[in-house]
Amino acid sequence: MVNGKLNGRVGRGILTVSSFVIFFLIWQVASQIFGIRPVILPTPVAILRELASSPGWYLLQGWYTLLTTLAGFGLAVVIGVLLSILIVEVKILDSTLYAFILALNTVPKVAVAPLFVIWLGTGSQPKIAISFLIAFFAIVIDAVLGLRSVPPEMLDLAATLRGGRWDVLRRIRFPCALPSLFAGMKVAMSLALVGSVVGEFVASEHGLGYVILAAQGTFDTPRVFAAIFVLAAGGMVLFWILSLLERRVMPWHASLQVRH
Amino acid sequence: MVIMAQARATPEGAATTDRASAPVHVEAVGVCKHYGGRESVQALGAISLTIAKGQFISILGPSGCGKTTFLRCIAGLEKPSGGTLAVGGQTVDRPPSDMGMVFQRDVLLDWRTIYDNIFLPIEFRHESRKPYEKRAQELLKLFGLAGFDRHFPPQLSGGMRQRAAICRALIADPSLLLMDEPFGALDAMTRDQLNVELQRIWQATHKTVVFITHSIPEAVFLSDRIEVFSPRPGRIALSLDIDLPRPRRMAMRHEPEFNHYCSKIRELFEDMGLFQEE
Repeated sequence: MVNGKLNGRVGRGILTVSSFVIFFLIWQVASQIFGIRPVILPTPVAILRELASSPGWYLLQGWYTLLTTLAGFGLAVVIGVLLSILIVEVKILDSTLYAFILALNTVPKVAVAPLFVIWLGTGSQPKIAISFLIAFFAIVIDAVLGLRSVPPEMLDLAATLRGGRWDVLRRIRFPCALPSLFAGMKVAMSLALVGSVVGEFVASEHGLGYVILAAQGTFDTPRVFAAIFVLAAGGMVLFWILSLLERRVMPWHASLQVRH
Repeated sequence: MVIMAQARATPEGAATTDRASAPVHVEAVGVCKHYGGRESVQALGAISLTIAKGQFISILGPSGCGKTTFLRCIAGLEKPSGGTLAVGGQTVDRPPSDMGMVFQRDVLLDWRTIYDNIFLPIEFRHESRKPYEKRAQELLKLFGLAGFDRHFPPQLSGGMRQRAAICRALIADPSLLLMDEPFGALDAMTRDQLNVELQRIWQATHKTVVFITHSIPEAVFLSDRIEVFSPRPGRIALSLDIDLPRPRRMAMRHEPEFNHYCSKIRELFEDMGLFQEE
């Protein structure tokens, strides 16, 4: 049984970290015992050694991927939220634009990636476009859901206060949508990262996606894993930043959590 | 003490003369409401009543009798299917400006402090907070919320949240206060406290109050007049003036006069077949 101390935030952090440590320990020990060749599965120590051999280079490649991810994610948030507001506020857009977006969402976005190279060339634009496209749907779907999740009594209250559309949107609808919007943004952030890597797979001379593809060509498995490690770490940091922001923006939610 | 079935048919009686002297605030003539299209459900029969300025009126009835629908019509949240409805001499086609409303649920915004919640009506009017700050402090004090103004709604009890909702409804000093079963979700003790507090603030301000409830003692305790609705489609089954001295105290609920009013209404409900197991 988990005791009281391990229920706190610090306790949960310790549990999480130790589960990582145990995972890597098993990996390390198992690959040594069973003598797995590094080209199939390098040990964590070998991967770390590869990272340590040229940390600046990995950071630079990670930086490219990060910029693409943030640009795609940022565009997805801005355009996605604006469109969601229009979809919720303008009735006709629900059965036209929103229905269209939902239908488009079923298209595997990755399949479209090569098209962007034809349209936008091999610079950073096609990567940002792919990253945006993959992240965009998660934002729109969750933002629309959030903007619609306003309790009807709250809209009644707004009506008795003779609230204009903009007032209702700003003071009631938007704050109501925030929890859902943050859930969407967390999913979208990981998806934006997927989008940049896919973009770098398709056509690139830098970024972690390019590193993985190039290293795969020379069977340099430790390098593939090193790039994956950097991607995973970056993804975790981005997720953590969003969670931090969420707690900042919605203190009332945090206060709810404290009570229970 | 004047008890009138279908009051409008018999205009005699002391309370009626009293009422005639005050200007009319809310006037309903044959207000009815149907829902749905072809197989429409009639929620509200033809309701005709007059509420004078400064009166405390309760609308009492079994659940589903259309009392909330009627209140929502006065609030401009729903359009009557027929009849005319006027507030302050103006036909209601949108929520009247000089009105505050308290709902069954407090509908506080969880992301705002109690203080910021109370100012919501002012923000929707695009007015400065400054002139209302003193009033906000007074209201908070009156309802025992002083010191809780920086708290967020999830940190408060149900009773305190509903008190804050009443403060919010009163911040802009409306002359008409609509209350839709405001204490229905509270425990009996809190409910009694809030009844006393509501009476006190009503006596101090003499706003016109339309109060929906299904509690007979609550209606008798608070009201100048009770309009008893029949089951769906709601019609006024009884219009009962409550001639008890004010301020009324909780202890009065055990006095014969108070009980006389209560049993009068209870008998009517029994005649309607609402308490069939008895």
